[in-house]
Amino acid sequence: MSDVKRNVSSNPHIRGNDSTAKIMLTVVIALLPAAGYGVWHFGLRALMHILVTVATCVIAEGLFCVATKKKNTVKDFSAVVTGLLLAMNLPVSAPWWIGVLGGLFAIIIVKMLFGGLGQNFMNPALGARCFLLISFPKLMTDFSYDGFSGATPLAELKNGNAVDLRAMVTGNIAGTIGETSMIAIVIGGCILIMAGVIDLYVTGTYLIAFTAFILCFGGHGMDLQFLSAHLAGGGLMLGAFFMATDYVTRPVTKKGQIIYGIFVGVLTGIFRLFSPAAEGVSYAIIFGNLLVPIIEKFTIPKCFGKGGEAR
Amino acid sequence: MSDVKANVNKKSDAEKTSLGKGICDTFFNGLIKENPTFVLMLGMCPTLAVTTSAINGLGMGLTTTVVLALSNVIISMLRNVIPDKVRIPAFIVIIASFVTIVGQFLQAYLPSLNDSLGMFIPLIVVNCIILGRAESFASKNGVILSAFDGLGMGLGFSVALTLIGMVREMIGAHKIFGVSFVRLAEMLSMPETVTGWLEAQSPIAIFVMAPGAFFVLAVLTALQNVMKNKKTAKGEKTKIQSGCSHDCMNCGESGCSHRFYDPNGKNGAVGKEDK
Repeated sequence: MSDVKRNVSSNPHIRGNDSTAKIMLTVVIALLPAAGYGVWHFGLRALMHILVTVATCVIAEGLFCVATKKKNTVKDFSAVVTGLLLAMNLPVSAPWWIGVLGGLFAIIIVKMLFGGLGQNFMNPALGARCFLLISFPKLMTDFSYDGFSGATPLAELKNGNAVDLRAMVTGNIAGTIGETSMIAIVIGGCILIMAGVIDLYVTGTYLIAFTAFILCFGGHGMDLQFLSAHLAGGGLMLGAFFMATDYVTRPVTKKGQIIYGIFVGVLTGIFRLFSPAAEGVSYAIIFGNLLVPIIEKFTIPKCFGKGGEAR
Repeated sequence: MSDVKANVNKKSDAEKTSLGKGICDTFFNGLIKENPTFVLMLGMCPTLAVTTSAINGLGMGLTTTVVLALSNVIISMLRNVIPDKVRIPAFIVIIASFVTIVGQFLQAYLPSLNDSLGMFIPLIVVNCIILGRAESFASKNGVILSAFDGLGMGLGFSVALTLIGMVREMIGAHKIFGVSFVRLAEMLSMPETVTGWLEAQSPIAIFVMAPGAFFVLAVLTALQNVMKNKKTAKGEKTKIQSGCSHDCMNCGESGCSHRFYDPNGKNGAVGKEDK
């Protein structure tokens, strides 16, 4: 035995290269196809919305950290993700201050007041979207663009009209800035999955549960046309790939994630089929977020060496 | 409950020595230091539900004030007659009588306010501010002090409700005390551009709905806490007395669970805030 003293650091000893900033940057990159398509489809006004909202979020987070003398968390890119997601949830015809108001609400009220990234109980972007949707129902559901003013395909579907499925998949339809193109969003989702940022536990169960619900209760039986229109329409894909999978507001365990995905899927189906509004993804995910603490309480794994039978 | 009796005697001694100061203290205690809404967090149901406008908040607050002051007086008068074991039912009978009287007055003379407050008038019976003051103050203190405690608490409640109502109305409906901003600008004979601009703005409607009540209450409570923390930092005592006469260590009541007190604190700062 030698007398050399060695310092032993506490575990973990092997660390991955992932950091919050890296993951958030991957999400930003994955969002770019959908955002880019939105700008191409809706014009420069969409770009203005994106820039205004992202800038508001970043500045709000920076100023809040300075004002409360906390460590500045702007560099982790989470505010950029929040701003981008929120902008993609705005209709292009909305006035410019909608993004400012939504960004401030998302960052300051939903995120920072509860303790910043990791402490927020609901997805900031979705919280802000619902806030705006309740506050300004007229502005937030006015999907007119380029002089074209019409209902979104989902609203048409709700009224029993025929929809153009091919346009819905490519994204040549009315809707919010980022939700129209199913292809662009799925490309982004694939980037996330390949980068290992998300897995299919939440997204997969969400989509499967939603599909099952539409097939059972949609009133069209096994009509694939109706089902695919529901899958391609509205914010379902954006919600399933980018919002329901938010690390902070989904359950940690795999079992919990499956329960959460099924719950959100069924809830989305209920909102879409049986509520007066055509779209229900944001409300469904927010309800899911609120249920996460309970889900985690029942799916928490047992510690090694605990919970066995007493002898 | 024997210490309550002793307490009463001690209090009545104190009353004789400095009634004027006691009245003043009790009155402002309810209004500011121990504001039922922002500090004690009592009576949340009417606070959140009826404050969609400043008028509604003020109406609810003043109605509660009347009931609170009158029931405090009667309960204080009867405090040595009511047996301890049935005191809660007795209090409720007294409170309910006053609520019925005040409710019928409102129906007769202020029907519009009565309509907008609706169900919340009869529900004043179960408002925990009133029962709380009856239990923790009126049943232990003299008639005059109890009357002023009721008035102070009631006015504190009214001020809080009016403030919340005002903020919600201003942001959520662009009105102040029922007068819209556009109308106000016209009355002040502002230029056409200002009124036109005001008319074009859409209010943030969520503030007159249920979530808005929570936002506004939280922000106003936070502001009030900031002021209180500044006072504590200066070394002023911010201990809340909430009607009981001595410190938590010697207190027989289990209701408050030391929420508002710090039995071990040096300057009597509120327990929640020490690390």
